Amino acid sequence: MAHSYTPGLTVTEQALIRRRRMLSLPGKVLVSAGEKVRANQAVARAELPGKVYPLNLANQLGVAPDEIQEYLIKKAGDTVQKEEILAENKPLVKWFKTEVRSPITGVVESVSTVTGQVLLRDPPRVLELLGYVDGTIVEVIPQQGVVVETDCSLVQGIFGIGGETRGEIVIGVASPEEVLSPGHFTAEMKEKVVVGGSFISSDALARAKEIGVAGVVIGGIHDKDLRALLGYDLGVAITGTEQVGFTLILTEGFGPIPMARKTFTLLSAHAGQPASISGATQIRAGVIRPEIIVPKGRASGGHNVATELQREGIRIGDQVRVIRDPLFGKIGEVASLPSDLQKIPTESEVRVMEVRFADGSRTMIPRANIELIEGA
Amino acid sequence: MTLPSPEPIKPATVHPLNVIVATDCGSTTTKAILIEKVGDEYRQTFRGEAPTTVEAPFEDVTRGVLNAIAEIEELSGRKILDGDRIITPCRDPKTGVDIYISTSSAGGGLQMMVTGVVQNMTGESAQRAALGAGAIVIDVLASNDGRLPHEKIERIRTMRPDMILMSGGTDGGAVTHVVEMAEYISAAEPRPRFGATFKLPLIYAGNRDAQPQVKKILGEKAALVLTDNIRPVLERENLAPARNKIHDLFLEHVMQQAPGYKKLIEMAGAPIMPTPAAVGVIMETIAKREHVNVIGVDIGGATTDVFSVFEGLFNRTVSANLGMSYSISNVLAEAGLPNIMRWVPFTIDEQTLRNRIKNKMIRPTTIPQTLDELQIEHAISREALRLALTHHKSLATALKGVQQERTISDVFEQQQSGKTLIDMLKLDLIVGSGGILSHAPRRVQSMLMMVDAYEPLGVTRLSVDSIFMMPHLGVLSTINEKAATDVFIRDCMVYLGTCVAPIGQGKEGERCADYTITFPDGRVDKGQLSFGDLRLVPLSDRQKASITVQPVKQVNLGAGAGVPVTREVYGGVVGLLLDGRGRPLQLPADHNARVASLAKWYSAVGLYPKGG
Repeated sequence: MAHSYTPGLTVTEQALIRRRRMLSLPGKVLVSAGEKVRANQAVARAELPGKVYPLNLANQLGVAPDEIQEYLIKKAGDTVQKEEILAENKPLVKWFKTEVRSPITGVVESVSTVTGQVLLRDPPRVLELLGYVDGTIVEVIPQQGVVVETDCSLVQGIFGIGGETRGEIVIGVASPEEVLSPGHFTAEMKEKVVVGGSFISSDALARAKEIGVAGVVIGGIHDKDLRALLGYDLGVAITGTEQVGFTLILTEGFGPIPMARKTFTLLSAHAGQPASISGATQIRAGVIRPEIIVPKGRASGGHNVATELQREGIRIGDQVRVIRDPLFGKIGEVASLPSDLQKIPTESEVRVMEVRFADGSRTMIPRANIELIEGA
Repeated sequence: MTLPSPEPIKPATVHPLNVIVATDCGSTTTKAILIEKVGDEYRQTFRGEAPTTVEAPFEDVTRGVLNAIAEIEELSGRKILDGDRIITPCRDPKTGVDIYISTSSAGGGLQMMVTGVVQNMTGESAQRAALGAGAIVIDVLASNDGRLPHEKIERIRTMRPDMILMSGGTDGGAVTHVVEMAEYISAAEPRPRFGATFKLPLIYAGNRDAQPQVKKILGEKAALVLTDNIRPVLERENLAPARNKIHDLFLEHVMQQAPGYKKLIEMAGAPIMPTPAAVGVIMETIAKREHVNVIGVDIGGATTDVFSVFEGLFNRTVSANLGMSYSISNVLAEAGLPNIMRWVPFTIDEQTLRNRIKNKMIRPTTIPQTLDELQIEHAISREALRLALTHHKSLATALKGVQQERTISDVFEQQQSGKTLIDMLKLDLIVGSGGILSHAPRRVQSMLMMVDAYEPLGVTRLSVDSIFMMPHLGVLSTINEKAATDVFIRDCMVYLGTCVAPIGQGKEGERCADYTITFPDGRVDKGQLSFGDLRLVPLSDRQKASITVQPVKQVNLGAGAGVPVTREVYGGVVGLLLDGRGRPLQLPADHNARVASLAKWYSAVGLYPKGG
């Protein structure tokens, strides 16, 4: 049945999760099922075919394309060194001799007598796929990758930039409401994951980069600061390949918004422990959210099915976050779930829920504008 | 209704079709509708929706389909599902349906890469062929596209299309450039988006003489299909064979690889159509049935599709990153903040607006709760619609590179080949579809969004898809013309009314035109339209009135400056909109004056509840 609420972000002390690690092209899996792996250990390897360099020999030699075979020194499949002669003509007068040399070290991929073109290819590049999290291999997909399972604490963010990395968790502020400022950053935070409060400004982001932190986890930032950090205006939320010096994870959204206390408390409890983090975000069907994974360091069963915290729906008493103005960022709990449609100020008739906030106040909010804070 | 461009589809069923269930598997939601024969005509009776389940953790599109149909079951009391199976045909008046049909754009739709020799000739023809077949074109590679050979190869390598369409050269012309492109593709070894082990479908629709070489180079590396040249001679496009091949390969290869589609194809009683292809069928049908020039738009969360039929010529474009949720931030990036702000009838600081737009991007399923949030979304949608039409105009053109015969009268008219086919003055009807237009709380909001974005000239009728069912009716029309027509007329198409917009500009308050409206009951309404006026005259649906407009001497209504025009105009759920705001539409540059003008116009047509 359709759920009329937004599946929320998971913030949980205890989770058994699986991460599928796949090569982007067929290669070799380096580990076997049941084996324990570390986050920074290579689990599979592939050879990425080198770049291709087309060279129009016919033009360079001044001959017809179907004649180039006669002038070739190297044939298709031959290896070639940079500056080695690929083809040459044999004029009567030596002075008119033309030699075509290879611009790269690699192999001659193909020779075309239709276009007069020779394609050269760089040697392959080795791609190593890391384990990403400390855990156990529960499945090997031959030539493609593995599935790693880990017993961990898990925090999902709402949006991030930058790829996978790891580092020790450091709490940079005293409370989830506090702003993470440049003064909070110290040289000891190098290669660590710094957890802030409600907001990080552009000068604090610059400071984080200068120090060389591995990651920053924060409630919110301004869109204009994100634009400045990236150097362009992000149009679609598909991220993970940005290279801004560190991985940035927002737990709440854009603007200054205190980090949910549950998130802050959980991360604080793991200060000093290593965490695997990823800023990769894909907001579309089958959403990918950024995540902070703190492995427990003990072996997972491997036999139990790792349920990824699926749930049935929303219940009275559930903790929720308001995800749209005018109460954006406020956290409360479900007080009631009226089934009838209700007219809201825009005149749309929508399904709503009643939310009770910490101060005891209650408000009706469209269900579409509520997000569950999931996890035990 | 007429059949679509691909060959007519015969359903596997032979029994009468009295109850039909149709779904559209969108990128976010799967929408199901139930159509039943009531008396002599077909009506859309119930509707259900559920999240699309094409990606992890479900990875089976049929789950979402079954969930959406289950909602219809609940609402209608009809038993349609037997476990994971749709009961066909009907067993009794309350059990089963006679056929199940579907469209799909889930998993990002059909993503294609096309190649040509000359970018704005065969490159564009290939692009039009792919777009018309319902694809999203992720890149157009051409011999003269300015990229170096190794850059082209890198590009082909990094993109992971569902299919490639190769074109280039006229039949009997030089083969070198086409063969060169085939060599680049071969070197890049492109891999499909879905299914790591299967070969990428590749259609070759270029110079016939290059077919043997292309076959030699690519035959082993791709699932190669050869078809007729899309540009056999410079003066003529022949897109149908390539489009048909795209449809075939979409079903045979691409959909077979997408999660759960094998099951979906088995469940359906007719071939699954890409959603935009089905909407295109409807747009073409409307144009043919009513003998009108049409612009249709389907504005979604991720993309905006624009369709046009002018003088019988169909065109479709997709603006892949213009949409109201997933792509909302890209509308801001492309339009720029001032262009969005010009439609917002209050003051808001840039930082707040930017943060709000980004928050919608990261939580795309949220809805505006307050009036100012609704007005901001409507402002953004105007810009998304405007940009998508600009994009469409640039692609819906006459063929480029064609020699034109010129007479002495053309000497002073520097008209180039490849002029856009979109003539707003000859446009008869605008059809809007998609969430923000179909679900606007007041229909006048949809009408003004389209009028502001498209700036129709002269006299133009407007309509919207009532609850977003054009894709379903598009695929239905391929198997049962009457059912599709009945539902389209009775339940789908909501006529909003007609916009009358004189062309020209003047100072606010100055006389723009005088008008006389003669209503069906004989009543006559005479008045003056001043520059800066926006007036709504009630004229209900299915009513026709006659309007005579006498523009002032520098203003034109299509017949020439100062020349009076008399036209029959149709009413609708909104009415007759007299737009004296000038064309091109100019908003006051000063912030306060602009806010005052917007407030005046919005109040004049009752756009928002009082206080908004």
